[in-house]
Amino acid sequence: MDPSISIKNLKLSFGAVEVLHDLNLDIGKGEFLVLLGSSGCGKSTLLNCIAGLLDVTDGQIHIGGQNVTWEEPSKRGIGMVFQSYALYPQMTVEGNLAFGLKNAKIPKPEIKERIARAAKTLQMEPLLKRKPAALSGGQRQRVAIGRALVRDVDVFLFDEPLSNLDAKLRADLRVEIKQLHQTLGNTMIYVTHDQIEAMTLADRIAIMRGGSILQLDTPKEIYNRPATKYVAEFIGSPTMNFLDGRIEGGAAPRFTSDVASFDLAGYEFTPQGPQAGDAWFGIRPEHIIVGPEAAHSPFQLEGQVELVEPLGSDTLARVTSGGQRLWVRMDGQADITPGQTLPLGLTPALANIFDKTTEARL
Amino acid sequence: MSDPATMSAAVVGSDAASGALSGPRGPKPRRRFSRRNVFIYGTLIVVALYYLLPLYVMIVTSLKGMPEIRLGNIFAPPVEVTFQPWVKAWSEACTGLNCDGLSRGFWNSVRITVPSVLLSIAIASVNGYALANWRFKGADAFFTILIFGAFIPYQVMLYPIVILLREMGIYGTLGGLVMVHSIFGMPILTLLFRNYFTSLPEELFKAARVDGAGFWQIYLQIMLPMSLPIFVVAMILQVTGIWNDFLFGVVYTKPDLYPMTVQLNNIVNSVQGVKEYNVNMAATLLTGLVPLVIYFVSGKLFVRGIAAGAVKG
Amino acid sequence: MAATRPNRLFRNLTAKIAAIPMILTALVVFVGGTVWTVTYSFTSSKLLPKTKFVGLDQYERLWNTPRWLVSIENLLIYGICMMVLSLVIGFVLAALLDQKIRYENTFRTILLYPFALSFIVTGLVWQWLLNPDFGIQSVIQRLGWQSFDFDPLYNADIVIYGVLIAGLWQGSGLVMCLMLAGLRGIDQEIWKASRVDGIPAWKTYIFIVIPMMRPVFITTLVIIASGIVRLYDLIVAQTGGGPGIASDVPAKYVYDYMFQGQNLGQGFAASTMMLLAVLVIVVPWAYLEFGGKKRV
Repeated sequence: MDPSISIKNLKLSFGAVEVLHDLNLDIGKGEFLVLLGSSGCGKSTLLNCIAGLLDVTDGQIHIGGQNVTWEEPSKRGIGMVFQSYALYPQMTVEGNLAFGLKNAKIPKPEIKERIARAAKTLQMEPLLKRKPAALSGGQRQRVAIGRALVRDVDVFLFDEPLSNLDAKLRADLRVEIKQLHQTLGNTMIYVTHDQIEAMTLADRIAIMRGGSILQLDTPKEIYNRPATKYVAEFIGSPTMNFLDGRIEGGAAPRFTSDVASFDLAGYEFTPQGPQAGDAWFGIRPEHIIVGPEAAHSPFQLEGQVELVEPLGSDTLARVTSGGQRLWVRMDGQADITPGQTLPLGLTPALANIFDKTTEARL
Repeated sequence: MSDPATMSAAVVGSDAASGALSGPRGPKPRRRFSRRNVFIYGTLIVVALYYLLPLYVMIVTSLKGMPEIRLGNIFAPPVEVTFQPWVKAWSEACTGLNCDGLSRGFWNSVRITVPSVLLSIAIASVNGYALANWRFKGADAFFTILIFGAFIPYQVMLYPIVILLREMGIYGTLGGLVMVHSIFGMPILTLLFRNYFTSLPEELFKAARVDGAGFWQIYLQIMLPMSLPIFVVAMILQVTGIWNDFLFGVVYTKPDLYPMTVQLNNIVNSVQGVKEYNVNMAATLLTGLVPLVIYFVSGKLFVRGIAAGAVKG
Repeated sequence: MAATRPNRLFRNLTAKIAAIPMILTALVVFVGGTVWTVTYSFTSSKLLPKTKFVGLDQYERLWNTPRWLVSIENLLIYGICMMVLSLVIGFVLAALLDQKIRYENTFRTILLYPFALSFIVTGLVWQWLLNPDFGIQSVIQRLGWQSFDFDPLYNADIVIYGVLIAGLWQGSGLVMCLMLAGLRGIDQEIWKASRVDGIPAWKTYIFIVIPMMRPVFITTLVIIASGIVRLYDLIVAQTGGGPGIASDVPAKYVYDYMFQGQNLGQGFAASTMMLLAVLVIVVPWAYLEFGGKKRV
């Protein structure tokens, strides 16, 4: 299948500072790609380059098979939704949707029809005559999505669209965006710093840091096999636990730390295979088995409970074992108290091991 | 910029896709002298020259001798530079009453401006602080009146203040004028300080109160040290404003105490004798020098001051 | 507890004492002075204020005085031209400076410096530039355009436009600065959205940005307008009200009658009219701006 968008050797510099480093990225037709990273990682900058709002320093951008590197944003076949909604405040919702179309000299009946269609899709027919000031944050963002929708384009770009909304609305609108994607089947690129949005919405996630893409993969792969320690830490809450230690041995590699030493049978190494040296043994809180079942795990530890955080659905606990701190996730009904000693079970197959110097997954 | 592109493509040739980039790549080529740029910079340069023209003419005129002015054109640079007009403007020019030049007005202006600036800022900063942090009943009402007062034409209050000053026995003295400047500086400065103190975190003030600090202690030890920039802004605003004042100077002082602006006007617009344009321009420049120096030195702070002080008109 | 509670008057006592200058200024000078002037505008005060009330006599005389009518006409011409032109010039310059240009600071500094100068200095420079024998007119005539005739300061019909030129030179930098601040306050994403929508920049300015800047425009207008009503120094320096009374303005009328004509009653009546003019501008604005909210 031809990619809907491809980015080839894209570089962007502001003066002497290179903010995007030689990016290559292909996005399939109908794919939902999320650009994820903390602020300043270049994700919004990349989106602005794709939209044509920033001039690239080198490389090419292709959308729908066309080389659009020098094209104006309005000619790229994209619609864009912004964090601040960027609605035109003195026009009604209808006026907002129609303004760009009128300007493109699209005949009136067609404008009407497109607005009606968009309003129906987004269930905002009653809002059409209102001005943005009379709308709630969620409604405004829906109008902003509508403005992208009426452009009848194949590619939607979202620049942190939900960041200005409160938590409840954010969750609701997230679902709506996912629904919209399933209904329309457009290509969507979505920038966010929120890992939950990324995990729930994306077909693939591109995790960015310092102007480069660290890992581009499905949410599942990224969660289960993070390419670097940074990715592992970024995704998942509470973050992955890291045991400080070293890898030993060639044929039957072992991980040794102050707490324990165990062989890594069942662990899937990267094609390069195991390398001896200092390493982090990373394991997610929910992969640490707590209580009597720990006995069935390949390796056991003992940990003392320091702190308990009951969340209702889950219970989180911070335990120490031989000077190393670990977060564990348990059932919401678990009945534990600080000071208590718990048996913990580790399964190397579920873990991720990172080289201490390169921070890459082994 | 496009030349190294071929090279970099070769360098990253390890990437399969990169070798085969054809068609547009990199930044959209833009001409340095595009029509848009020519229009923007052209307009701005022409306008800037127009704005600079009077300053230029002032300077060149003040450096010419009278014969040269009579013969040449006002835009021509001086053939023979002379500082005589400056000397004359400073120490010999006549106002019709006396002939000791602008220096008298300059020193009067200094003696008016310095205490007026200090007093008005002292009063207004305390007012602003009281309004921002120690809200008491009725404070907002007085403040509203004060702000509305900034819009009342001075002419309405000119005469009542004459009576007020006369009753206090300071009409026609520098002290009286200092008081007038402090009064009319109050609305805008109070607004400036109130808004600034309101923008400081309130927790700071609360913490200090919990620690037992009183009104003056908090003002002097916590607010003042944090507010240096706004004091500088207020100072710029007041120095230029008071230095440039004409109306209050002419109404509330006597001829031998006239500030520089009033004296300048009297020198230039006095009807007696032959007009010495070069001396007039030197005197005008001298009077404009203080605010100009402040303006060019203070830069952004001046802009901040006028944005806040624009109400003053 | 209740017994030891201090008297309400003494709560925040220091703050109240510190606010005394403000309270006195507000009540005695601003309110008191205004009331005093308005009251005495109904008297026949001449050399000294006296309480012989004569009803609206002073106002009747005022509106029958040709000099006052000329003043009002001048103020209207100057005021309308000044408001329209300084807004247009200020906005266009601000929009040009907002194009991410180089040397923005230099340009801004040049466009704003006249605002630092006093009206006296402004008036005297332009008096010199518009001098018919040596100024712009003579330079252009000497360049060969013999019939060029631009002599506003000695031509009663156009003298107010000569003042306008100086006023614009001095004041449009301020408008530019306020407008630039307004433009910088526009959400950058609005510009991005309009680019994605394919709307040309000039259309974005007219249909989106300018309507969004309505409050900035209104505030700027109020500031310009309240400055215009006070127009005095510039006239004194540039034309002295002349030729004859051709460039007289209300503020000068007030001053001359109060302090030179020894006709206080006329001065009070004229200044009350000025106050009225300002109220007509400021009250609707204050109502619009702060009507709903309590804060000033």
